[in-house]
Amino acid sequence: MLKLGGTDLEFRNWPADREKLIARVSDQPHRVRPLREGEAYLVKGETPPPGFRCYLAIRSHADLLAGLSDDEMQVVLPDEYDYLADGDVVRLIPGQNRIRVIYRRRSRHNSFLTTERCNNYCLMCSQPPREIDDSWIVDEILETIPLMDPATAEIGLTGGEPTLLGADFFRILKMLAAYLPRTAIHILSNGRQFADPDFAQRYAEVGHSDMMVGIPIYSDVSTVHDYVVQADGAFDETIQGILNLKRLRQRVEVRVVVHKQTYQRLPQLAEFLARNLTFVDHIALMGLEITGFTKPNRRDLWIDPADYQSELYQAATLLAGHRMHVSIYNHQLCLLDPRLMPLAKKSISDWKNEYMPECADCREMNSCGGFFSSAKLRYSDHIKPFL
Amino acid sequence: MSKFRPLTAYEEPLRDGYQLLPFRFTRLDDNDYVVTNQAGEFLVIDRSTLSDLVRHELPSTGLAYNDLKSKHVLTDADSSVATELLALKVRTKLRRLADFTSLHLFVVSLRCEHSCPYCQVSRQSDDKLAFDMTPETADKALELVFRSPSPALKIEFQGGEPLLNFPLIRHVVLKAETLNQVAGRDLQFVIATNLALLDDEVLDFCRAHDVLLSTSLDGPPDLHNLNRPRPGGDSYERTVRGIHRARGVLGRDRVSALMTTTQASLPRAREIIDEYIRQGFDGIFLRALSPYGFAIKTKSFTAYDMEKWLGFYFDGLDYILEMNKAGHFFAEHYATTILTKMLTPFDTGYVDLMSPAGIGIAAVVYNYDGNVYASDEGRMLAEMGDTTFRLGNVHNDQYEDIFLSDNLLQPLEESFASSAPMCSDCAFEPWCGADPVFHYATQGDFVGRKPESAFCTRHMAIVRRLITMMRDDENARDIFLRWVNP
Repeated sequence: MLKLGGTDLEFRNWPADREKLIARVSDQPHRVRPLREGEAYLVKGETPPPGFRCYLAIRSHADLLAGLSDDEMQVVLPDEYDYLADGDVVRLIPGQNRIRVIYRRRSRHNSFLTTERCNNYCLMCSQPPREIDDSWIVDEILETIPLMDPATAEIGLTGGEPTLLGADFFRILKMLAAYLPRTAIHILSNGRQFADPDFAQRYAEVGHSDMMVGIPIYSDVSTVHDYVVQADGAFDETIQGILNLKRLRQRVEVRVVVHKQTYQRLPQLAEFLARNLTFVDHIALMGLEITGFTKPNRRDLWIDPADYQSELYQAATLLAGHRMHVSIYNHQLCLLDPRLMPLAKKSISDWKNEYMPECADCREMNSCGGFFSSAKLRYSDHIKPFL
Repeated sequence: MSKFRPLTAYEEPLRDGYQLLPFRFTRLDDNDYVVTNQAGEFLVIDRSTLSDLVRHELPSTGLAYNDLKSKHVLTDADSSVATELLALKVRTKLRRLADFTSLHLFVVSLRCEHSCPYCQVSRQSDDKLAFDMTPETADKALELVFRSPSPALKIEFQGGEPLLNFPLIRHVVLKAETLNQVAGRDLQFVIATNLALLDDEVLDFCRAHDVLLSTSLDGPPDLHNLNRPRPGGDSYERTVRGIHRARGVLGRDRVSALMTTTQASLPRAREIIDEYIRQGFDGIFLRALSPYGFAIKTKSFTAYDMEKWLGFYFDGLDYILEMNKAGHFFAEHYATTILTKMLTPFDTGYVDLMSPAGIGIAAVVYNYDGNVYASDEGRMLAEMGDTTFRLGNVHNDQYEDIFLSDNLLQPLEESFASSAPMCSDCAFEPWCGADPVFHYATQGDFVGRKPESAFCTRHMAIVRRLITMMRDDENARDIFLRWVNP
């Protein structure tokens, strides 16, 4: 698991009134001067060049900072951050000895957490919502976007529920459309806000050519969906939201997390999607991540994926049979019905992706999506390497 | 105390009971009933579940409750999105209506060098030029074709044997392409031909103008030649040679074949299917004999027993299914049409199974003499002296006169299956068609008495069989799904 943030940094020579700095990382010693003023130089070997806003070094390289004068702002990072590279963007908070790696240029798994607030309260939420004022996050995202590489393949917007930001949600999207027109934007939303036609219309007017909203539907039956998301009326709003988005020709992905409360009606849900929402662009059938609320609710949620292969197979083949674009996420290949293997995607974000000791000799490891780091708490009893 | 509420808390609104959405049911067998919703989605449920459902006694905790709710047969206070989804699905099923006429049949000649006893048209021997369409008539017809608002236009040349008047086909294709430079439609051409007269000139032209060929193949050589006599008795040889020659020039999927069933075909379903496989087709349309034209005159229709035909059809269907189970993809096209209605949100453009009927508004026929007919069957009735389905003539009538004529609107309106006696109560209606021409031809009435309708008998029997197959055999359902989404 990659460590994306922490409070174990050592800040040197930072002025007391400097609350926070968002800076792009550079490792180019010959970086043009005007750009150095806003960037954090990553010290790796040679004598650090002058003129950068600040200088970063992992602990093993800390002695290299000695060449700098006493008025240069410096940060010593734990060695775990040795993955930092040119073009990444970090947030530094000297008062808390804190860093957050906001953007990794070389990764395909960058996302912005846009807010921690949510109007659902899903049994298996991996990012439990908090009712707090976190509007500062928006400013930070707006500051970060111009620093990102325009060649970035994909960026995710997550939460909480991003659409609860209202006007700020659209400010972020418009900023992305302006600075990253070629980057695929993937928004994780419960879709409920889009039930308001005006809201959906404003979304469609953002004008980015490659945006998709990933919206969960957990059951073909309103009561079960509302129970899973712990919100009355959510099913209707979510369906209505999807209809509004598709009416405006926006791209929509349906995401289904498979667990003890959802696996039984998976085939019926697949048929419901095929008949009612044929026009959605992608359907992801997803394995459970044992983090956030899933931990306290584990008894109600955990089922060994080996025990729902029949339902998963029926659902996936039915959707594929209807020529809908279906993928299976977060499932280890050795657990899948072999006929489903072509649908499996390596979906787990790189920074929280791991393999278990059983996997050591597996010849399929490179094509297998592996585990969430949190799977250490509980994973299938049926993990078996392909030898 | 958990922050999470249990499922039962979300089921509170169900205490107030449920409402029934419009649905229909029909008995399948001793135990089971088929329930269909407005959009043609279906469930098979047992008698007691159905009885509980209609009495509002279905327990909300049972599996059947959620299944019926998911399929929009019932709705409750917890969710109100069902009606909007149903409306969306019904609109989707009917969306072809807005496009209006897409298939335009040009009868370019009544002449034919074959003399098939079942032939649906009043065939003329091949030296009577009076039965050829003239360029003047074709030009008038083309004007009407491009008046159709349909974004896709398919012009199908038929006869007789249309290749006997190939210069006219050439004229129509070139003229249509010119018109289309302005009209900008998705334009397609098909020639329905026995291929006996296929030559390089025809093939080169078809290749240059992207023309599809559709031919007749009735089965193995002896059966085909018995059904389709021609001088020399070599219809089969010429057809098969033509198929392969045409494929070599136009491409494998640019040549299709249709079979016609006769008395002689009835015991030989499997051989006919084998012949189609042997000739490299990946499907067959096991057709019923139509009651029109020479088929009625020669009594080959009345002698025809629907039960016998169904035996033939089901034997073929079983055989095809076995083949698919063994791993060879091969579809039966009539079943595929019905299954598309049953298993997908969409409807097909197959004219005989449309409601409102497809006559005129999905397909229209321009006869060699300029007369416009609501369907090919309507044209055959006219050849037998009954002009009920004649909508006008390209030389005398305007587009509006033709497509708003009472001869079209009246059968369309009267036969609409959702409001026809018996059809309106039938659970299979969402998958059925109106076919006013068939009922008029056989019963003298656009609607017809359905218990006496061979169309109804055939369709009901096939639907029952398809549902039973899917209920009893998981593989069958998977195979059918592949047929409807190849």
